[in-house]
Amino acid sequence: MSSHTSAPILPLQPNAPDKKRLFTLDNRYIAPIFITCILLVGNLTFGILESYQKTLLAIITSIALELVLSRIFYGKFAHPASAYITGISVGILVRSPAFWPYALCSAISIMSKYVVRIKGRHIWNPSNFGISVLLFLAPAVVASLSIQWGNYLLPMLIIWFLGSAIIWRLRRFHITGIYVVSFIAFAFLRSWMTGSPWQSEVAPITGPMYQLFIFFMITDPKTTVRSRKWQCIVVVIIALVEMLMRLDQVVYAPFYALFIVGPIAMLIEIWLDARRKNAAQLAVAH
Amino acid sequence: MKSRQIARVFLTILFVVLLATPFLIKRITASKAADKAKTDEKTALARHGFYLQEVSHAAGIDFVHEEPKLDPKLDSIMPEVASMGASVSIVDFDRDGWPDIYVTNSAIGSKNHLYRNMHDGTFKDVAEEMGVADVNKAGTGVSTGAVWGDYDNDGYEDLFLIKWGRPELFHNDHGHGFTPVSEQAGLPPWINANTAVWFDYDGDGLLDLFVGGYYDENIDLWHIKTTRIMPDSFEYAKNGGRKYLFHNLGNGKFEEVSEKVGINSRRWALAAAAADLRGTGHQDLFVANDYGVSELYLNDGNKFHEAGEQTGVGFAPKSGMNAAFGDILNQGKYSIYVSNISEDGILIQGNNLWVPKQGTSGDGIKYENLARDFGVELGGWSFGAQFGDLNNDGTLDLFLTNGYISADRNRSYWYDFSKVAGGNSTIIGDAKNWPAFDGRSLSGYQNKKVWLNDGTGKFIDVAQAVGVTDTHDGRAVALVDLWNRGVLDVVVANQDGPLLIYKNTVTPEDRWIEFDLEGTRSNRSAIGAQVTMFWNGQEQMQNVSGGSGFAAQNDRRLHFGLGKNPQIEKAVIRWPSGKIQTLDKPAANQIYKLKEPE
Repeated sequence: MSSHTSAPILPLQPNAPDKKRLFTLDNRYIAPIFITCILLVGNLTFGILESYQKTLLAIITSIALELVLSRIFYGKFAHPASAYITGISVGILVRSPAFWPYALCSAISIMSKYVVRIKGRHIWNPSNFGISVLLFLAPAVVASLSIQWGNYLLPMLIIWFLGSAIIWRLRRFHITGIYVVSFIAFAFLRSWMTGSPWQSEVAPITGPMYQLFIFFMITDPKTTVRSRKWQCIVVVIIALVEMLMRLDQVVYAPFYALFIVGPIAMLIEIWLDARRKNAAQLAVAH
Repeated sequence: MKSRQIARVFLTILFVVLLATPFLIKRITASKAADKAKTDEKTALARHGFYLQEVSHAAGIDFVHEEPKLDPKLDSIMPEVASMGASVSIVDFDRDGWPDIYVTNSAIGSKNHLYRNMHDGTFKDVAEEMGVADVNKAGTGVSTGAVWGDYDNDGYEDLFLIKWGRPELFHNDHGHGFTPVSEQAGLPPWINANTAVWFDYDGDGLLDLFVGGYYDENIDLWHIKTTRIMPDSFEYAKNGGRKYLFHNLGNGKFEEVSEKVGINSRRWALAAAAADLRGTGHQDLFVANDYGVSELYLNDGNKFHEAGEQTGVGFAPKSGMNAAFGDILNQGKYSIYVSNISEDGILIQGNNLWVPKQGTSGDGIKYENLARDFGVELGGWSFGAQFGDLNNDGTLDLFLTNGYISADRNRSYWYDFSKVAGGNSTIIGDAKNWPAFDGRSLSGYQNKKVWLNDGTGKFIDVAQAVGVTDTHDGRAVALVDLWNRGVLDVVVANQDGPLLIYKNTVTPEDRWIEFDLEGTRSNRSAIGAQVTMFWNGQEQMQNVSGGSGFAAQNDRRLHFGLGKNPQIEKAVIRWPSGKIQTLDKPAANQIYKLKEPE
């Protein structure tokens, strides 16, 4: 059975000495702890959440569904870390006065991993799938996080620093780094094309929505291609598609860009894998 | 293996159903709304008990608000920075027993209008002859609102003109004209405010004045030195205008005491209202702030302490644009309505209806936001709102106006707005970083809300059904029985748009009662007086207000709907002085003119 992660989660070194393990944080917990810190600090200092109850609903729905579905389809309970990240992402990113979108978004996110599978792999980052679908289908009651952290510099820098350190440890920093560089380059290009002040084009990436996007969505190992080189290429394409959408004034361009580009990249990789496997089998047969 | 396949099929079906859920909910909601809108006057009367007809032209009012044009350095985002100024306040300035209407204009050189009630269904603009028209002269700023209160207790309501500019206090010369007295009163030379409230915070029988700044008072918006005038955060901005509390010294002079009494904030105030929320006999002050949390200043008679977080109303930051009190459950407790921004798919702040939590009262009072449960949460880019019993059924309804900038119908500024609003303070705070509006709309052409209270904690929007079909950029709402008929009419001031008079027709079976109060020991305007009606085993409390909603003031006369065949027990008046007066079994369908007993 493959685990169903939605964030960078790498296994511990199998030969790590026990004593060291006692003092080394299991990588599976790093992302959940980080995102929990974002949530708690954000809410205690700036009141970022719609309500604790709504976030809790998203988390509980996500974890409960993950446990039930993994038990049904794979015969054992999946580790809840991934579902926890999905739930908490939904709890932070979805903004709605109603309760049901939180439960629905979490449910769609988790179920997408079990329903939409190609050759045993799910191709969408779960929370990206759930949030994109909901923003597209239920705009009257759902928006996404667009403003938080008081628009101040210090909280933003702290999260960027911690997020970068963690993502570095998880060996995914190249994805985040290249995306950020691409975004900024495309922002200047947009500014040149549209005549908008460059500050307004760069502004979105300074917001918290992007912090969750670049640290938790685009780096998801289960829904990114395996090759480091192609990871870099794909993330540039995501930024490019996002830029094109932004030229068309699509507010949630990053979510939709990942929603479109991510699965296509995955499908190409799956197709290439299958072709390589077939070729190898043919070679063996000959 | 087979069971897993069945499970997978089942899961796939469930997944598709879940994906379709938002679509189905939308369809059902739209179908219900369409059904509600399909009515005419007769049906509206039969179904909802009232009908509103826009009669401004027939009433002799053809006022169209002109918006301000500020420093050219702000040209690219002028529609946004100059998006306020339309206001309406109700006053019987000549004490003839018929309410008059004062409306502000906001272009340099434009005139404010004072519409005298001619008692025959029409109004006549007398602002010029009364001396309160030409108040938007170059170098003095422009009007953004007006509140009336008899600060010298001579029996005639005086006018405080709220401005982005030099604030003006006008003394009412016994209904024959107005004299500007700002200098003698000791008012500051410049405030960029959108809200002010008359109330007697210390109970000395003299009306004091709260003024809430929006832009920093050191900025002359027509001659800005820097483009860094915007809020430094969309949700936590603290670089707005300061607050003022002018203590009435009783000799025509006021002393600014805000800091001394504990009001010290630079949030971007847009609306304020005062009422005794805790039963202490002192009026507490609620301030709704743009770009941040609301503030609730609890008043102990000579000191305030800010209790927004403590009471629950000041934690989640939104874009507060309205403050109105209403005893919506007929329990003798005020709820507070604050309007915010909701735009499909982009920003769903939702309006707040702060209802006192069960079991809390007095100093321990806490509020919870029940706007969603009560059905008054989503009102677009909401501005002014007021509570009033529009169909005289005995429960307070809610009229909300909305719409921010209506320009090109096919092009929206929302994308650019959301882009910048989510950015860092160094970006958002500087107007030059904001993309040009370029003729685009921002939450324009919105349908208004007339939420009818069914008495069980549910409000239903009947705006389209009862004749409120305009889509102007609404700002201020004032409720008043314009023609002494026992019904609440609605006056709406629109930014860069016409003043609307919605004349109300109510089924005559529903009864009413009104109270026109005059203080003696208390301030003569009786602002802060509280009337509680007891009938049919229920009670409803209302408060004479010195300004509420957004840039508005309802008539000081209090109007109660009583429903059909009311069994009236009593009316209890608590005057600001603390004096309690009880009227046993007052008759329905009467206007009671009451003077505070000596």
